Amino acid sequence: MRYLPKSPAERQEMLAAIGAKSIEELFSSIPERFRLRAPLKIPGPYSEAEVIQYFKERAAENSNGYTSFLGAGVYNHLRSVVTDAIIQRGEFLTSYTPYQAEITQGTLQAIFEFQTLMCQLTGQEVANASMYDGSTATTEAVLMAERLTGRRRVLVARSVHPEYRDVLKTYAKNSGLQMEEIPFAASGTVDAKALQAALKDDVAAVVVQSPNFFGVIEKLGPLAEATHASGGMLVVAIAEGVSLGLVRPPVEGDIVAMEAQSFGLAPSYGGPFAGVIASRDKFVRQMPGRLSGQTTDTDGRRGFVLTLATREQHIRREKATSNICTNQALCALAATVHLTLLGKEGLREMAQQNFSKAQFALSELLKIPGVRRTFDAPFFNEFVVEFPRSVKLINTQLLRDKIIGPFALGTPYPELTKRALVCVTETTSRAEIERFAGALERALKQPI
Amino acid sequence: MKERIKKATTHTNQNEGLIFEKSSPGKRAFELPPLDVPAADPAKALGTNYRREGVEGFPEVSEIEVLRHFTRLSTWNYAIDLGMYPLGSCTMKYNPRVNEFVARLEGIATEHPYQPQELSQGCLKILRLLEKCLLEITGMDAITLQPAAGAQGEMTGLLLIRAYLEKQGNPRKKVLIPDSAHGTNPATAVIAGYEVENIKSESHGQIDVEKLRELVTDDVAALMITNPSTLGIFEQRIPEIAEILHAKGALLYMDGANMNALAGVTRPGDLGVDVMHLNLHKTFSTPHGGGGPGAGPVAMKKILEPFRPVPILVEKEDGRLALEPMKRDSIGRVKAFSGNFGVLVRALAYILAYGPGVRQATEDAVLNANYIRRHLEGIYDLPYSLPSMHEVVFSDAIQKKNGVNTMDIAKRLIDYGFHPYTTAFPLIVPGALMIEPTESESKEECDLFIDAMKAIADEAATNPEIVKTAPHTTRVRRLDEVGAARKPILRWKPATPRSEAAD
Repeated sequence: MRYLPKSPAERQEMLAAIGAKSIEELFSSIPERFRLRAPLKIPGPYSEAEVIQYFKERAAENSNGYTSFLGAGVYNHLRSVVTDAIIQRGEFLTSYTPYQAEITQGTLQAIFEFQTLMCQLTGQEVANASMYDGSTATTEAVLMAERLTGRRRVLVARSVHPEYRDVLKTYAKNSGLQMEEIPFAASGTVDAKALQAALKDDVAAVVVQSPNFFGVIEKLGPLAEATHASGGMLVVAIAEGVSLGLVRPPVEGDIVAMEAQSFGLAPSYGGPFAGVIASRDKFVRQMPGRLSGQTTDTDGRRGFVLTLATREQHIRREKATSNICTNQALCALAATVHLTLLGKEGLREMAQQNFSKAQFALSELLKIPGVRRTFDAPFFNEFVVEFPRSVKLINTQLLRDKIIGPFALGTPYPELTKRALVCVTETTSRAEIERFAGALERALKQPI
Repeated sequence: MKERIKKATTHTNQNEGLIFEKSSPGKRAFELPPLDVPAADPAKALGTNYRREGVEGFPEVSEIEVLRHFTRLSTWNYAIDLGMYPLGSCTMKYNPRVNEFVARLEGIATEHPYQPQELSQGCLKILRLLEKCLLEITGMDAITLQPAAGAQGEMTGLLLIRAYLEKQGNPRKKVLIPDSAHGTNPATAVIAGYEVENIKSESHGQIDVEKLRELVTDDVAALMITNPSTLGIFEQRIPEIAEILHAKGALLYMDGANMNALAGVTRPGDLGVDVMHLNLHKTFSTPHGGGGPGAGPVAMKKILEPFRPVPILVEKEDGRLALEPMKRDSIGRVKAFSGNFGVLVRALAYILAYGPGVRQATEDAVLNANYIRRHLEGIYDLPYSLPSMHEVVFSDAIQKKNGVNTMDIAKRLIDYGFHPYTTAFPLIVPGALMIEPTESESKEECDLFIDAMKAIADEAATNPEIVKTAPHTTRVRRLDEVGAARKPILRWKPATPRSEAAD
């Protein structure tokens, strides 16, 4: 087998050195009757060419050749080949969590740079080395607020990503958290009156997303004021990080939970991505996850180490802030390289392009008879439109034109049937937007 | 000469600063195609209050600077690609490059989780085949590929147990965990809403079965066991342990972190385990990437299947595959979208490369650990003498006499060109040296490691100072961890004038 570096003679030599007659002897502690006699029934062994062939065949059964208008938490953005070249370097790819600081300074410094970039983006003071994804980061942010406030009620905006809310529900169920939903107003933003009414002095956290699941940008100032007046913490989830190149950062939030997929990570059918938690310095000791900190070595040189580990499971065990161990380091590195490549100007321009193209797409779609805009609040690169008939039906018709239509909101939001969440990024060309509008118009003209 | 003196050492990359320190306004490393629609004015749409001019402090550098910066940083890392990485319980094996290649294919990396399922059959077939392979390897009945890593797999497993017991009327209160367990086990049990009760190991390092019999009451939901244990020893009485639990209506959870000792040789499902997680980034070769991403599928017996997290992969009558987003008894969703798909792709590529030959990998892993044990036994103290599986745990008891502890030996290993072994646990071995070579090391590499360990033992006896002050050859020496924690500096900030900085 090509991955195994031993010849049969070497195996014999090693067995002899151990003093074992056969390899079987080394497994003598496994009760005889439980040892497998027959080979496992799994396909293979495959040569490298066969492995590639298998996956190419599967890839051909997917969506090649289609233009997509899907976002809803996973975004298609430009990615530089430089990012991939860096993260495929064996020194990054095949290294472990940097416990041995002297020989993992590369990873540690890159994490430190990641933490800095995340602080700059979010306007927060401290960010961790990454969580699994945006959904689990949001959940961990809520658990962090629970520890900081000692309270148990959580108000979650209905405009937060439905799957983020589902994950929070799973975790909340067993940690005694009480979850309540705050509806959205006609404009698409959080219903401030409903929030005000639900806020009492037992609320640990108010969770909102901006841009929210409908692409709408929330006005965080008033939400933070109301939350703080009742002694709670404002958790701001961000699923589309590129918005931060154009939209004021969530400085009013006490904890920011962000999905970093938009920063150089491929959609990859839903993962792996990277979550981020950012917050204020004073809350750092209740933060989950790893942190890289600057220090000096015995010769006074700058260096970096994993720090504040007393929050973590390998030290605190059942008293840890979270059970997280492995995070998404390589994804965080990809985001670091990507954002460094984009830089100040590139990120601004990318955000500007997303914004302009989404504005253009909306105006094109609104020219089609029967298509209406659902929410009037400002949006970034996603918006909701209403069709005169079922979105699923229309999407089926669009497939004939090799278009993957927008996300149908009716499943997670029964009150929003016939509404679709359209996403346009810098990767969507004007021609594609026009082709989509044309196909949509034709689809709507067809008799049902 | 003066020009050259700017470089403080002969290695230009030894003094690479932070990327922020290289920034200069107006430089850029990325250009977008020109905007092909009218530029919209965000100030008009958002109002000036919600608009941002640009991210303050963001780096402004060119492409070559970015490439050099991160390439230089990379040279400060040790990696499997450079040599043996014997971190016990982490299974640092070779990460095949073809896995990286196939995960990046057009049609694999490009797919959106919400695209129509008729356009996702390729992705779903990959998931299905991986499920089948992992079920065959573990001997279990059902599986979920959703969890993002081992710790999330543990949580998912415990929530399955909780849901199952709840359905029977009582979720129970306690989870039993051996004192040799990894730290995630107790932390996870708490998240799943359970109290933790620790069980002491008996004198050979195995679960104390008699003690267990006393501890398993109607309040106990499960025992979380790692097998082989963190001592690298197979729990020989595991079938009996399962019986004790089952007799009281409790379940057996197995932490599959050490599955590299078992794959193809024995199956947890056959041993009486009810539910277990796998770390695909350990046994199934997906890269650790400096700490993730991983994937932690959870395999289970039939009784737990109804509670699997959503989405659930199903085969339709027409043979098509689909992800079902809802199910009545499901514990719910543990992560957005469909698992860490890219990691799952890599794991399947690994399994296909081996096929049933995965057994040979297991055998070689166990062979390597025993070979190292044989050569270092006596030179290093072996606190538990039962047969080793895929890893061997020594202690620093002999070297301690000269004031040299496990961390010193670990740091000295770096000077010999190896990554240290694990020092932090198992907690039941004070001063542990937890060595897991994996199957990826040749006899030659094992011999070099043995020589290094022998040389260090020698130094510990004759020149302990050189060990205690190691490493001597790295870019930085031992770092001040206490100072880092006392006054944490967790981000770069622009230089402030001297008077302010003095505060």
